[in-house]
Amino acid sequence: MATPLTLRIVEYRARYFRRTWRGTVVSSFINPLLYLLSLGIGLGKLVDANLPGGVDGITFVAFVASGLLAAATMQSGAGEGMYPVLVPFKWSFTYEGQLATPLSIASIVNGHFIWIAVRLTMVAAAFTIVSVILGALPADTAWLGIFPAVLSGVAFSTVITAAVVKAFVPQALAGIQRFVVIPMFLFSGAFFPVDQLPGWVQPVTRVIPMWHGVELSRWLILGLEPGVAPWVSFAYLTAVLIAGWGATMYLYRWRLWQ
Amino acid sequence: MSDTLISASNLQKRFGDFEAVAGIDFEVRQGESFGFLGPNGAGKTSTMRMIGAVSPRSGGDLSVLGLDPGESGAELRARIGVVPQRDNLDDELTVSENLYVYGRYFDLKRPTIEARTKELLEFAQLSDRADAQVETLSGGMKRRLTIARALINEPEMLLLDEPTTGLDPQARHVLWDRLYRLKQRGVTLILTTHYMDEAEQLCDRLVVMDKGVIAAEGAPHQLIAKYASREVVELRFPVGVEADLSAEFGHMAERVEALPDRILLYTDDTDRSISMVEDHHLEPETMLVRRSSLEDVFLRLTGRSLID
Ligand SMILES: Nc1ncnc2c1ncn2[C@@H]1O[C@H](COP(=O)(O)OP(=O)(O)OP(=O)(O)O)[C@@H](O)[C@H]1O
Ligand SMILES: [Mg+2]
Repeated sequence: MATPLTLRIVEYRARYFRRTWRGTVVSSFINPLLYLLSLGIGLGKLVDANLPGGVDGITFVAFVASGLLAAATMQSGAGEGMYPVLVPFKWSFTYEGQLATPLSIASIVNGHFIWIAVRLTMVAAAFTIVSVILGALPADTAWLGIFPAVLSGVAFSTVITAAVVKAFVPQALAGIQRFVVIPMFLFSGAFFPVDQLPGWVQPVTRVIPMWHGVELSRWLILGLEPGVAPWVSFAYLTAVLIAGWGATMYLYRWRLWQ
Repeated sequence: MSDTLISASNLQKRFGDFEAVAGIDFEVRQGESFGFLGPNGAGKTSTMRMIGAVSPRSGGDLSVLGLDPGESGAELRARIGVVPQRDNLDDELTVSENLYVYGRYFDLKRPTIEARTKELLEFAQLSDRADAQVETLSGGMKRRLTIARALINEPEMLLLDEPTTGLDPQARHVLWDRLYRLKQRGVTLILTTHYMDEAEQLCDRLVVMDKGVIAAEGAPHQLIAKYASREVVELRFPVGVEADLSAEFGHMAERVEALPDRILLYTDDTDRSISMVEDHHLEPETMLVRRSSLEDVFLRLTGRSLID
């Protein structure tokens, strides 16, 4: 998978990122931080005042920060599956340029997801560091949340990438953002425990990869008992990752090998 | 046989039911400049993509550098350079970064790429723009950069799909000059174009392609000698008049073509034709004599103009 040529794609994406990272700061760093400040710290004052001792001894800001770590990382992962996928197909034609070299379609797809893993590690690490500095997360365990956040983010990005390559029109991006990514973000359990929701909604939240990422992060950072066994969440996210990766590979071949 | 770089027989490309390339045969030899001349939709790009191992063939045989593009795609692509019809440079990266990234795709080492970058930028007359972002380059500069990029792996042959389409005349001449230098260095060039002047300038040998088939093959001068007279008399009449007149020209030349905007008399004796036009008091708006070109060959073979 990580053949030298696949790594050439990762190297290219890193170089490209070095030129364009400024445009990503707001969505992948500033926005999650604003959520943390407004909901975690702002709303948290109110919540903690009404729940002395917090939920299971956990402050609301820690609850939000640990969930938001996974949810925000996944949101960035979804973003990496949108314009960065559609642009080289439709406007810059850089995939055509790459395919005129010894690179294969498989190396483009694998390089894409390996790059997303690298990129999401940066996003999750930045969020973790800021959360620790703000006192929202415990310094000793906060870093444990990075792995599940990145795993769930990459898994989700494979699904988004496949959907975007299938739909292939820019209008689809806004639709996916509005009707898939944002609802998942809100109902992933990052901001409130999903067991507050009506009983019939709860099984639905179990399907959302983001929910599993949030539960795993919270479990690893705060020791909060997850809604399902952690291995189930790991297995589920891995299954989503493999399925989305496979679907993406198939769809890239379908689009590019004509 | 060993100096045959490409050989295609009954090569086909279908998209669904549509036959973009309907069974063509050709050979390209070491060191030659070979062209596909044809109008929009002739199947030029489809053919180039099959040669470049980025598109599977639907039928027939194809061998490029002794390899089957369907089976040894990566190995083949490592040995050729491609200038695609539409630019696919990285606009956000700089000129030299574009070359660096591309060199890495061929698994070249940094010092090798850096040495070649210097040479290639000189060749492409872009040395002073090495650190400019590609977005800021003109169309002609981007095209030259694309050619430089295609040479980063020191390819055994270069595929150029409409290298100068969309450029202004001066930029085209600069590009032709660069391609001519490559040709003199012995690089095998395979190019497509729908400009007859480009084909005449750059191609040692070409095929005229239309609707997925090859209509004729030969050196530009051979094709002209075979399918057109040496010279042509071109007559223009006021709008609407020539339709009434066209019947009158039949005996004035060996062959007559009536186009919507002009009448062409193909003749080996232009003086005689001109005096016959004058004797008949046909009074065209303009009358000029020119040498026959590949445009005339195309018209003869297909009954249509190259660019309509
Ligand atoms: N991916 C595709 N799917 C369906 N039809 C295609 C595809 N690619 C090309 N075609 C069709 O095949 C025919 C030949 O196309 P091709 O691009 O090879 O022509 P061309 O000679 O390069 O034309 P141009 O001068 O416009 O570049 C055209 O009718 C085109 O519409
Ligand atoms: Mg074309």
